[in-house]
Amino acid sequence: MQLTLWTYEGPPHVGAMRVAAAMRGLHYVLHAPQGDTYADLLFTMIERRDTRPPVTYTTFQARDLGADTAELFKSAAREAYERFSPQAMIVGASCTAELLQDDPGGLAKALDLPCPVIALELPAYQKKENWGASETFYRLVRGLAGARRDRPLRDRKSCNILGPTALGFRCRDDVREIEKLLATLGVDVNVVAPLGASPKDLTRLGDADFNVLLYPEIGLAAAQWLERAHGQPFTRSIPIGVGATRDFIAEVARMAEVDPATALETNDSRLSWYSRSVDSTYLTGKRVFIFGDATHAIAAARIAQDELGFQVVGLGTYAREFARDVREAAARYGVEALVTDDYLDVEAKVAELQPELVLGTQMERHIAKRLGLPCAVISAPVHVQDFPARYSPHMGFEGANVIFDSWVHPLMMGLEEHLLTMFRDDAEFHDAAAPSHLGEKQTHRQPSAAAVVSDIVLAWADDAEKELKKIPFFVRGKARRNTEKFAAERGLATITVETLYDAKAHFAR
Amino acid sequence: MNALAPLSGLANGACDAAPVVQERGQREVFCGLTGIVWLHRKIQDAFFLVVGSRTCAHLIQSAAGVMIFAEPRFATAILEDRDLAGVADIDDELDAVVDRLLARRPEIKLLFLVGSCPSEVIKIDLSRAAARQSRQHAPRVRILSYSGSGIETTFTQGEDACLAALVPTLPPEPENASHSLLVVGALADIVEDQFARLFDVLGVAPVRFLPMRRAADLPPVGPSTSFLLAQPFLADTAHALQERGARWIEAPFPLGAEGVTLWLRAAAKAFGVSEARFDAVTSPARARAEQALAHYRDALAGKRVFLFPDSQLEPALARFLAREMAMRIVEIGTPYLHRRHMAAELDLLPKDAPIVEGQHVEKQLDRCRAARPDLVVCGLGLANPLEAEGFATKWSIELLFSPIQGYDQAGDLAELFARPLNRRARLEV
Repeated sequence: MQLTLWTYEGPPHVGAMRVAAAMRGLHYVLHAPQGDTYADLLFTMIERRDTRPPVTYTTFQARDLGADTAELFKSAAREAYERFSPQAMIVGASCTAELLQDDPGGLAKALDLPCPVIALELPAYQKKENWGASETFYRLVRGLAGARRDRPLRDRKSCNILGPTALGFRCRDDVREIEKLLATLGVDVNVVAPLGASPKDLTRLGDADFNVLLYPEIGLAAAQWLERAHGQPFTRSIPIGVGATRDFIAEVARMAEVDPATALETNDSRLSWYSRSVDSTYLTGKRVFIFGDATHAIAAARIAQDELGFQVVGLGTYAREFARDVREAAARYGVEALVTDDYLDVEAKVAELQPELVLGTQMERHIAKRLGLPCAVISAPVHVQDFPARYSPHMGFEGANVIFDSWVHPLMMGLEEHLLTMFRDDAEFHDAAAPSHLGEKQTHRQPSAAAVVSDIVLAWADDAEKELKKIPFFVRGKARRNTEKFAAERGLATITVETLYDAKAHFAR
Repeated sequence: MNALAPLSGLANGACDAAPVVQERGQREVFCGLTGIVWLHRKIQDAFFLVVGSRTCAHLIQSAAGVMIFAEPRFATAILEDRDLAGVADIDDELDAVVDRLLARRPEIKLLFLVGSCPSEVIKIDLSRAAARQSRQHAPRVRILSYSGSGIETTFTQGEDACLAALVPTLPPEPENASHSLLVVGALADIVEDQFARLFDVLGVAPVRFLPMRRAADLPPVGPSTSFLLAQPFLADTAHALQERGARWIEAPFPLGAEGVTLWLRAAAKAFGVSEARFDAVTSPARARAEQALAHYRDALAGKRVFLFPDSQLEPALARFLAREMAMRIVEIGTPYLHRRHMAAELDLLPKDAPIVEGQHVEKQLDRCRAARPDLVVCGLGLANPLEAEGFATKWSIELLFSPIQGYDQAGDLAELFARPLNRRARLEV
């Protein structure tokens, strides 16, 4: 039994819904009680989809438990087929129905519906949303892709794009950006799946020469199966960030046997230049904490460290299935990976590290808000804000531009920072005025860790307190914490001006 | 049915009730766990611990919409394989979770263990667990249990189950207690305060509210207690109160100027307040409500409205929309119709407004599309798809989260229905 306040991932059948809702011509019959229909609103409200997800719920009630829930499932499946005439159906159970052991797969098979029916076994008490999406996509691909076939000889190579789903982080725009990139490389796109694909499209997957895997959390199992069964290699680099996009171009060029030069040269990346411009010098060494799904977290760390000149002080994921990858990445930045799906652990870590920027999910956005820290969202779980009206990919060169803007804007702009220092005694820049970008006033700072941990009551000498006030307010909190920590570690009871500057020297970087 | 029939000239207290159709099929409704979203705000030192699955946890955080509370006063004890397989002892596991929770949150005075679909199916006895834990944590924390499972409760029935669980713990009235009024059903604090002021001026006293704002402020109950239902979905709670000897004051629900007046008048009558005094006290507020309603009548009068089943508020809302806003009712869906509690509402409803109890969402959508109503009141799962099909919609969940009861909210209630139409009239995109 696990005590949970907020969850990063829903149950596995919600993952299956993300695949079903992404596709056309597929229908999901879910053996589930009425409350489980809440999942529809994830799609209609958060993603603002203009149709209901293609899901029929059996919505059995207590009175049905004594009767025949299996019959209820059969009639729901039959009715769903008649009403929606899907090209294929997936069937399964949610957590409660799993306990009934009605075997939706067997029941659907017995109905002998005139379309392929794929049974899903998604163990709700072990697995979570991303695994459910991955398993569903894998079962669909395996069930529909058919046998290996000879690929026609063509002038241009062709690939499938695997992994984008409904309710995914920026999937809609990432796919468009990568299709554009592949076109520049002279590579055709055979099928994009699951997003926008029909079951019939999945039968054509084997026609491609290789696969572009954009979201391993969702598409890795399918890509591995296609590699084994259809001899299609798949790409490993995830094109998030300038360097990773270059790696991706090189990898695709090798697989497609094309020249990467044009794609590499015709890039419209502004990140590289903006990051080198003098205005960005204030970004140097900003301490950043990163948490998300594995793919986005690892990519964000590379961009933060190599392309923006930040310092990665924390890296973690809720995706336990990919914990190894994240641990490897964390080791590269000299930090220990935080692998947890308990947001209280994440919050404690952020509070402890006091980063200057948090890159995370919607959960970290709330954590950052409470702690008064700037934050940008880099990964699912998503929120209505993560479906912007404008074109806003995170992948490819344009994605890197979007990332530059969305990570840098929450930080104090360089010039603004300079002006604030100059005018710090001005009425409009008084101590209590919050940085303009944070909108509402910052939350109350909690007493610093040092002051709480230590038994010594730390006292600030008057002159030290005055000196502290001369430090710009947006770094004053950090200076106070660092000084107190420094004093506590050395058992100093009174903080003097000397202590303040000793601490500054100690923590200088 | 004749959905286009004019609804003017309706007789009060018509005894031939509107037709009620039963429907079975796929339901598109929340389960009773959703009530936690407003109940935990209402009882400010109570905590709700759902014993369920990851789906339950995901439902509550999705229904809450945004995760605005740093550490909310609700959580889920997620059942895992080892709990189901009997590897772990569920009692021990649950006790450990409760201990951990109460250690973290010393301010909690009342803890509800909330049953879910999986906990009901595998028959976890939460009432026994609550009794055991109560003994352990008394007197600091009281621990109660109820079921919010979707196989037994629909949406607002969760509140009913919660309040019904509280009733046996209410203290008895003292000897020779004077006649007291209990208002039952969660209301926004501001609405509660307005009603308290009105009852005070009317001379109806003492007046208490259930749920209470603080766990310790349990209202006493007994044969000298009369209770008014502020919400229409409280069948079990009302029954439990009657078991304690309390008497139910039958009334329509306090929605709209007319509804509020009839609701207050029923109480006033039970407490021997003269008609003259009642009119003198309520007429200023009633006039204010009618003035506010007049602002929206042009926008709503004659418009056709279709209500999908959601909260059991639907018949009362339809009565308000038909009688006070002159809207035409196409269909009143309701997940469940408590004929006794709803009798006063049914009497007031237009006789040709069909009531559909239960749901077959696909057939209901077919009927809705065929009827082309001007406004559809429905849940969040249906709203955007219907908007995309060209229908104006009102999210029904807002009717639970917003203060809509009472004279001074009558205008706000009308505005909730007028806003989607207003918005459509403004937009040129």
